[in-house]
Amino acid sequence: MNGVLRTQVGQLARRSVLRTLRQPAQIVPALVFPLFLLAVNSGGLQDATSLPGFPTDSYLTFALAVPFMQGALFSVMNAGTDLARDIETGFLNRLALTPLRGAALLSGLLAGAVVLGLVQASTYLVVGLTAGAELAAGVPGALVIVALSVTITVAFGAIGLFAALRTGSGEAVQGLFPVFFVFLFLSSMALPLDLIQSTWFRDIATANPISYLLEAFRTLLIEGWDLEALALGFGIAAVILVVGMLAASAALKTRLVRT
Amino acid sequence: MNGDGQAHRVAGFRAIALAVAWRSVHNFLTNPAFLLPALAFPLFFFVSFAGGLSAIANVPGFDFPNGYTAFQFVFVLLQSAAFGGVFTGFGIARDFETGFARRYMLAAANRNGILAGYALAATVRAFITWAALTTVALLAGMQVGGTGIDLFGLYGLALLVNLTAAMWSAGVAMRVRSIQGGPAMQFPTFLVLFLAPVYVPLSLLTGWIHAIASVNPTTALLEAGRGFISGEPTVVALAFAIAIALPLLFSLWARSGLKRAEAAG
Repeated sequence: MNGVLRTQVGQLARRSVLRTLRQPAQIVPALVFPLFLLAVNSGGLQDATSLPGFPTDSYLTFALAVPFMQGALFSVMNAGTDLARDIETGFLNRLALTPLRGAALLSGLLAGAVVLGLVQASTYLVVGLTAGAELAAGVPGALVIVALSVTITVAFGAIGLFAALRTGSGEAVQGLFPVFFVFLFLSSMALPLDLIQSTWFRDIATANPISYLLEAFRTLLIEGWDLEALALGFGIAAVILVVGMLAASAALKTRLVRT
Repeated sequence: MNGDGQAHRVAGFRAIALAVAWRSVHNFLTNPAFLLPALAFPLFFFVSFAGGLSAIANVPGFDFPNGYTAFQFVFVLLQSAAFGGVFTGFGIARDFETGFARRYMLAAANRNGILAGYALAATVRAFITWAALTTVALLAGMQVGGTGIDLFGLYGLALLVNLTAAMWSAGVAMRVRSIQGGPAMQFPTFLVLFLAPVYVPLSLLTGWIHAIASVNPTTALLEAGRGFISGEPTVVALAFAIAIALPLLFSLWARSGLKRAEAAG
């Protein structure tokens, strides 16, 4: 990265991080809502662990993977809504008058998502372990969980940027939340794939990449080190990130032409 | 003269209630951004819970006679009833933001009619959602053990839950008068619904969630609703006592919210 690009990314990253940290309305729901659902689901579904073949006797441990995904969904909205606001207020138009590079803009804007991802992952992990969840992979596993969580958060944030650049509307970005929630619910979120009885649901969950992201977290929490599951999880996150960034870059070019 | 005055007041109340309800329902039906989430969310929850968690019916001690689909249908029905009321609260908040609510206030001879109109709109919205939800549930093979009277009781409970949530949300919306009050309407509703025996019967819950669910009024509503659909009514008197008391209580909350909105101009 040359000096100019580094300066551009740095300035925008600083703005993105500060903007995220100064908006409790972005941070608090992203922390509280997933933890609330974790508490409710781990209490209500503890009996599911008595099903033959359930991988652990603690539903809390099994369910602890889910907040990391829900937190990533919030990053779609947060990153996207911030950029949409820049578009709506004309800030992006002003940036377009500067020699700023597209790559710098997108990378800088995702800095807020990185910080939020770190805060979220650490909080979920600490709260989960304090509440009694197990971590089979130990301290190194915790670091990998945080790394995977941040990668997924940034990848989903890139999709939020794409949505914002494509629509230019914060409301439209907010409207994406239910769509992503559908992906989460139609996955192995509540039960392992092989214990889902409805064939059609199991087929959808098997084809749903979210199931494999959840599985990557779960191997570290329940089994220890399963390199295949981890590679699949990081691989899917990387693909989402690359696709999201490419789509966002293309949408940025179109938007700058329009302006 | 007194009789004429009374008749005039009733006519004014009815006119404003019908006008507010018509506009709210019209907005709901003609704007896909309002209609689609209202229909899609309950269906999605139903599909997700009944489909993805059907193995829960094999948990030792789970003895609901009509299967997991019917078990979850009752929860999703009550949830859609509650959120139908909450979404109506969003509409009220939006009316305040756009200034339309102020015009209602100026035009209404009897402002209680405004509240009644929003409540009526919430009910119409809920019936539309329930029609879609029930159709999908029956197509999915839901087993219904209850008679027509039992089902009347089930939908009656849902209607009262819808009114409760509408009055709660109206009270919040009229105090905050901004869509920013949305989380204040939504989150407590979500909390009360999910701190109940959502996935398994109360007897299978353990620990802190059992303690909370045992005193959560939603539990009685859910148990009665599940009793109705299985044809084995249970805790009916308690459930209806709660379901009737709550909308009455929250209509006072909404009425005081209306007074605050009036005072704010």
